[in-house]
Amino acid sequence: MKSHYSDPTGNQTVERRTFCVLVDNEPGVLARIAGLFSGRGYNIESLTVSETEHARHLSRFTIVTSGIPSVLNQIEAQLDRMVPVHKVVNLSTGSTIERELALVKVAQFGPERSEHRMEALRLATAFGAKTVDATLNSFIFELSGPYEDVERFINLMSAIGLVEVSRTGAAAIARGAEGL
Amino acid sequence: MSETKETCTMTGAEMVVRALQDQDVEHIFGYPGGAVLPIYDALFQQNSVEHILVRHEQGAVHAAEGYARSSGKVGVVLVTSGPGATNAVTGLTDALLDSIPLVCFTGQVPTHLIGSDAFQECDTVGITRHCTKHNYLVKKVEDLPRIIHEAFYVARSGRPGPVVIDVPKDVQFASGTYTPPGEIMHKSYRPKTDGDRRQIEAAVDLIARAKRPVFYTGGGIINSGPEAARLLREFAKITGFPVTSTLMGLGAFPANDPQWLGMLGMHGTYEANLAMHDCDVMINLGARFDDRITGRLDAFSPGSKKIHVDIDPSSINKNVKVDIGIVGDCAKVISVMLEVWRERKIQADAGALKTWWGQINEWRKRNSLGYKNSKEIIKPQYAIERLYELTKDRKTYVTTEVGQHQMWAAQHFHFNEPNRWMTSGGLGTMGYGLPAALGVQKAHPDALVIDIAGEASILMNMQEMSTAAQYRLPIKIFILNNEYMGMVRQWQELLHGGRYSQSYSAALPDFVKLADAYHAHGIRCSDPAKLDAAIMEMIDYPGPVIFDCLVAKEENCLPMIPSGKAHNDMLLPDFEGAIGDVIDSRGKQLV
Ligand SMILES: Cc1ncc(C[n+]2csc(CCOP(=O)(O)OP(=O)(O)O)c2C)c(N)n1
Ligand SMILES: [Mg+2]
Repeated sequence: MKSHYSDPTGNQTVERRTFCVLVDNEPGVLARIAGLFSGRGYNIESLTVSETEHARHLSRFTIVTSGIPSVLNQIEAQLDRMVPVHKVVNLSTGSTIERELALVKVAQFGPERSEHRMEALRLATAFGAKTVDATLNSFIFELSGPYEDVERFINLMSAIGLVEVSRTGAAAIARGAEGL
Repeated sequence: MSETKETCTMTGAEMVVRALQDQDVEHIFGYPGGAVLPIYDALFQQNSVEHILVRHEQGAVHAAEGYARSSGKVGVVLVTSGPGATNAVTGLTDALLDSIPLVCFTGQVPTHLIGSDAFQECDTVGITRHCTKHNYLVKKVEDLPRIIHEAFYVARSGRPGPVVIDVPKDVQFASGTYTPPGEIMHKSYRPKTDGDRRQIEAAVDLIARAKRPVFYTGGGIINSGPEAARLLREFAKITGFPVTSTLMGLGAFPANDPQWLGMLGMHGTYEANLAMHDCDVMINLGARFDDRITGRLDAFSPGSKKIHVDIDPSSINKNVKVDIGIVGDCAKVISVMLEVWRERKIQADAGALKTWWGQINEWRKRNSLGYKNSKEIIKPQYAIERLYELTKDRKTYVTTEVGQHQMWAAQHFHFNEPNRWMTSGGLGTMGYGLPAALGVQKAHPDALVIDIAGEASILMNMQEMSTAAQYRLPIKIFILNNEYMGMVRQWQELLHGGRYSQSYSAALPDFVKLADAYHAHGIRCSDPAKLDAAIMEMIDYPGPVIFDCLVAKEENCLPMIPSGKAHNDMLLPDFEGAIGDVIDSRGKQLV
């Protein structure tokens, strides 16, 4: 909680939370959502958006954010009161599948070239990454997985010859038969 | 007009005017320019919507706010692109913070020029995204009627607020089919207005067992409408509980009722703030635990169970964690509370209440609104008291500027009805009161409308006196002239060793001559003995008046909860020490 005055919430710990927000896909809606976070001083860890229901022009945001619980509850309420927002769901309450996509370029395998090349391929197989491009001295791997897996994969690759990473934010969906 | 296909085809500009008529809009406040000429042309050719030409777009928005808040209707504004839109921004932000329903049309450069830095182009939807409840850029004339009707719905539903519709000039010229407002449900925006029955029952249980209760009411009661104010009075009567209110809620509960504690908060009464601090059950109806109200949060009403009724779910648990949060419209929720109370034949705990009122009456004896009057010089508090006494039997509406005079007005002018008090609470906008008074007078032509002003604030939108003259709006500007930005001076005395940096109102205009220049009547008074007669002269004058009331220059506005202090740590008028020593270094960093 924020106030001019003292901070009675100082003892709460920071958590990560994933929200799914269903909105009208109208011009400016991304700026509106992003502006809410910047204007009120909330964190965005990652944000993914795409139109998911073309007939109804509905877009789905997956927003990963962090903060103390009272701030996270406030974020949910603030999102929910926005005019173009249909629904806000806190995906961190139940069991959820969360995936990020990363394209990872590895090259210049150092003096012990072939050994690093083999190691890169072995790690990619272990993580279930696809090799989407290969040259004599480079690879591009495609990995999709939870945030932590993508982080670990990139960390390992940086020891071998990481050149560049392009990665998305999370897409998330609740387990089970039920829809949003 | 008949509803044939032919008459339903019209230009975008005609649609704007037609939609206003269909939304029962009688008055709009605006200022023309290149990008809205087609709309002005459409206005010229009809008589049902009256346009009031202001002298600055900020004035248009505040006038619409005064109109809306005093009438319960949506206020409407029309301004041009670029500077017209940017001049409106302060007013829009003011309306957002005080939850005032407005629809503001802004002109825009033609769609094919958007993004080219064309003459008088600005990114209006970008700029106003953060200071409106919602905004629209109309790209096709077909969308215009739906957007306008939707904008009125969004502005007045749920927690009200300002909505901007940015209309490019080519859209105003283009023809399309007009559709009247219908039952079309908004795609996504459906605010919850009925409170949850189980939560309400739980709240009533808590209320029934209260031994030291207090009703803490706010602007939500006013926005909910006169029925909410009536139900609040009924609930207070049936329970016998004390009632206090925020600045925004004054008038919802009658100030002449014995259960009224006066306003609470930074400049609230001792009894209201101590009742909040010591209560065991706090019933917040349509207020938002603003920092001017709570003071130090970790010492805010430490022993109470808290019930919060608010139409905006994000207000609940935002600043203060509550025990029962009820999302809903105040009138609807109070009405169910009363129903449950009666069904269960609940009786409040009379013995406990008697003790509680005994305590409250002890606090009242401190007479926290007291001040030392003078025979030589007009004390600002005395001026407001006399203004109240001499106008209380009339249909009087009060607006204010921002500063000490605003707080003195809230403390010493008493309101018995809702919608009679218009002030800039959330944003604290100097320059609000004069244009707001124009809007109020337009909505209530027979009423006595007074802007209680400071000599510094009034200069911020002084040009609107010209609007008053043009439309013969007999508003009364009552300036408490202390030759200081008094509230700034008071804080400098409190926090900065009395070094009055830039807070003296030097080179003031002669307000009596200024009145004359604006075709108004000017009055000056500096003698307490002549004050009543001068106020009567102001009231009796049939046109606009500027009253230059010369008051004590260095009077402080008390009582006060200094920054960083708790409700039970107030600075009272009988304080004898040096007020510069009251606030510690931590408190000095706060605003
Ligand atoms: C637009 C704007 N600018 C600055 C302020 C800061 N401010 C608050 S009160 C005040 C002084 C107001 O002086 P005056 O109108 O003479 O009223 P007084 O306090 O003397 O009654 C100022 C500068 C404000 N509230 N609004
Ligand atoms: Mg002053």
